[in-house]
Amino acid sequence: MDAQIKPKSSDPGAQAKRTISIKAVLLSLGVLLANIVINGLIFLFFRDSALNPLLTAVLAVLWGVLGVYLIYYTLTWAVEQYPDHIRRRVLPYVFIGPAVIILGWLLVLPALRTLYLSFFNASSEKFVGLSNYAAIFSDHLMATALRNNLLWVFVGTLACVCFGLLIAILADRSSYEKIAKSIIFMPMAISFVAAGVIWKFVYYYQPGDEQIGLLNAIVTYFGGEPQAWTSMLQPWNNFFLIVILIWMQTGFAMVIFSAAIKGVPDDILEAARVDGAGEVKIFFGIMIPFISATILTVTTTIIVFTLKIFDVVMVMTGGQYDTEVVATQFYRQFFMYRNFGYGSTLAIVLLIAVLPVILINLRQFRKQGGF
Amino acid sequence: MKKATGRKLSLAMVLCLSFTMMLSGCGGNNNTNNAAKTDPPAATEAPAASNSQASPEASEAAGAGSPLDLAMKGEYKGTKVTMFGPFVDADQVKFESSIKEFEEKTGIDIQYEGSKEFEATINIRVDGGNAPDIADFPQPGLLASIAKTGKVVDLTGVLDQEKLKANYNKSWLDMSTMDGKDGKIMAGIWNRSNVKSLVWYPKKQFDDAGYTVPETWDDMMALTEQIAKDGDPAWTIGIESGAATGWAATDWIENIMLRTTTPENYDKWVKGELPFTSPEVKNAVEVMSKIWLNKDYVYGGTKSIVTTAFGDAPKPMFENPPKAWFNLMGNFITSFFPETAKVDQDYDWFYLPPIDPQYGKPVLVAGDIYAMFNDRPEVRAVMEFFTTGESIKTWVQSGGVIAPMNDASLDWYTSESDRRMAKLVQDASTLRFDGSDLMPGKVGAGTFWKGMTDYVSGTATLDKALEQIQSGWNN
Repeated sequence: MDAQIKPKSSDPGAQAKRTISIKAVLLSLGVLLANIVINGLIFLFFRDSALNPLLTAVLAVLWGVLGVYLIYYTLTWAVEQYPDHIRRRVLPYVFIGPAVIILGWLLVLPALRTLYLSFFNASSEKFVGLSNYAAIFSDHLMATALRNNLLWVFVGTLACVCFGLLIAILADRSSYEKIAKSIIFMPMAISFVAAGVIWKFVYYYQPGDEQIGLLNAIVTYFGGEPQAWTSMLQPWNNFFLIVILIWMQTGFAMVIFSAAIKGVPDDILEAARVDGAGEVKIFFGIMIPFISATILTVTTTIIVFTLKIFDVVMVMTGGQYDTEVVATQFYRQFFMYRNFGYGSTLAIVLLIAVLPVILINLRQFRKQGGF
Repeated sequence: MKKATGRKLSLAMVLCLSFTMMLSGCGGNNNTNNAAKTDPPAATEAPAASNSQASPEASEAAGAGSPLDLAMKGEYKGTKVTMFGPFVDADQVKFESSIKEFEEKTGIDIQYEGSKEFEATINIRVDGGNAPDIADFPQPGLLASIAKTGKVVDLTGVLDQEKLKANYNKSWLDMSTMDGKDGKIMAGIWNRSNVKSLVWYPKKQFDDAGYTVPETWDDMMALTEQIAKDGDPAWTIGIESGAATGWAATDWIENIMLRTTTPENYDKWVKGELPFTSPEVKNAVEVMSKIWLNKDYVYGGTKSIVTTAFGDAPKPMFENPPKAWFNLMGNFITSFFPETAKVDQDYDWFYLPPIDPQYGKPVLVAGDIYAMFNDRPEVRAVMEFFTTGESIKTWVQSGGVIAPMNDASLDWYTSESDRRMAKLVQDASTLRFDGSDLMPGKVGAGTFWKGMTDYVSGTATLDKALEQIQSGWNN
């Protein structure tokens, strides 16, 4: 498809091919309208239906699958009524259009509304300009939340990437590669909330002599003093929470690195070994540069993840005991204190913090030809 | 740019598909409220389920007898009423058994859903247009902030006011009047109340050990010291409660406030006119700290306070011999006591003693207020049922609840302990409602809880914590 766009030719044959028939326009408009009306009606039917919920769900899934197929089929057919050069231009938009519309409706609009709300007071009645922004940055809770978020980003991401890389390299040479990787990858399959519950049992502290929490059981076995790991050990309790993220995300990093390492050509490695390079040198001199793009992608992915971290903190501590992060603070302000101004402002701050990372990611994708 | 169009297209395809699947999922279970709509027998067509608008059938029905009477005749058989509240575990069982008989008689299915995260969740559900038919608020302050949005049905025209006046003490009705969107509304009805100035203790062992119930604060502190010398921490305290961690600490502060300053100051404090940073409040926290921050007085030391769930705190009192002796908590805590423990024998309570004699014997009470979000005849019937003592009879009999209605008979109380409680409320020189429950949600169920947790867990100094709590008033 790399053909250059030709300058408009003026020969009559081409001209004839370029004419757009009225029929085609009417047909395509008709198809578009029919799609909107029919699917709208079906939507309304489902919304107001008093059918058994299970039946509704099944029918809705059917409608979802068949409906999408029909929408694309009819729209493609409508576009095919046009001459070639138009069809080539329009067809991609037909395919991407619905996704863009839905994304706009479900993501862009709410984001804009959040931005709008962030300029208003707690009950969204009075315009207050930028004073919410000033307030959250002068509020010590926000300082704590930002500090903790940075901890999550640096410690969490660094640990995940380093451990992931290390395990990937080591597993690559071992005979237990499959089993080891499966076990380390397994926590990925657990939801964050469930992981929180699991780790609650690990960190559990109860007053008195008997400790049923795993960590405290180990500590007391060696004659130590049991600790309330996630609440009273400030600020170290943040690290105990970050461990949960590391436990979950290392597997993800490892799997991707593993695949990248397998892509390093053997002949280069052979050549390096013949030239007398040691394994460490090979790792830093050849492997790392070779998989640098992958490292960047994984790192940015985990950074975005840690910036948005919410569930672990919410389940484990509810953001108390100085473990507040921006997302939990947002939840607290918006849903518990009903301060829509502060809440929206925090959400916007989070969005702004994530943006540069996303942009780096996009640039990377573009380099790799993803766009 | 134009490479790999095939891959791009397939990506777009997958995206679209997944989104549409999501959308259709949304379309499928959208608005379950409406799904629960049913045709009342008199209906010619199903009324539009609009909030706070009486459907014509309901007003018609009102002529033929109250919704409750109609319900008892089986008019609303087969309908569903959704309820949402903070009762979980043992409380949920007790609640469900208290409504069982009503459900059998009327054929109305009350679907109760309990959540520990009630305070946060109810806001989200109301804002999202997915409110339950009836919600049970343990904090009137939280209800007040929702009532302001106009989403709570005004009960003035729904329930027979004369009947209510006959069945409730006036102060209860006053406390259910709140600011709606346009003027005052009756936002809810009181269904269960509890007393919060009680110190629970293992009676039998207590007597065997030769201790006597303290009559003054100083006696109590001396006894605490005595028990510490005998090798036990006297108090067991737990304020952990999921997202609501910290609420148990507010009961302490309120109790001490009533004992160290005038009721007028207490009222001002609840209204936000007396700031948390004032010497009166600070002094109350300091009095509390004399117990809380002394590791010889608290079971497991101070660090156990924020990590122990409030329901687990009493456990050490029921070991043999007890590992701790006192637990300050409302009467609902008996739901969390071991089932084998017998009231009046194994455990009992004494009144948290006065600190300054000039303030008499103040008593702190609290309660649950039920609010209605969707106006349907069967919901009205259930609401009316909740204004009768009958609705919590079995709960009263099983202990742990004081009924605020006048038609609840004193004979229902099955234990000396509960009867003494009812009497304590009657004889109180000063009766005040739980302050944090009356404050706006953002303070009373927000910064106050968090600030206390921060202070006890060492996150913030006392002054800093009080400032933080106070800042809840300003935003």
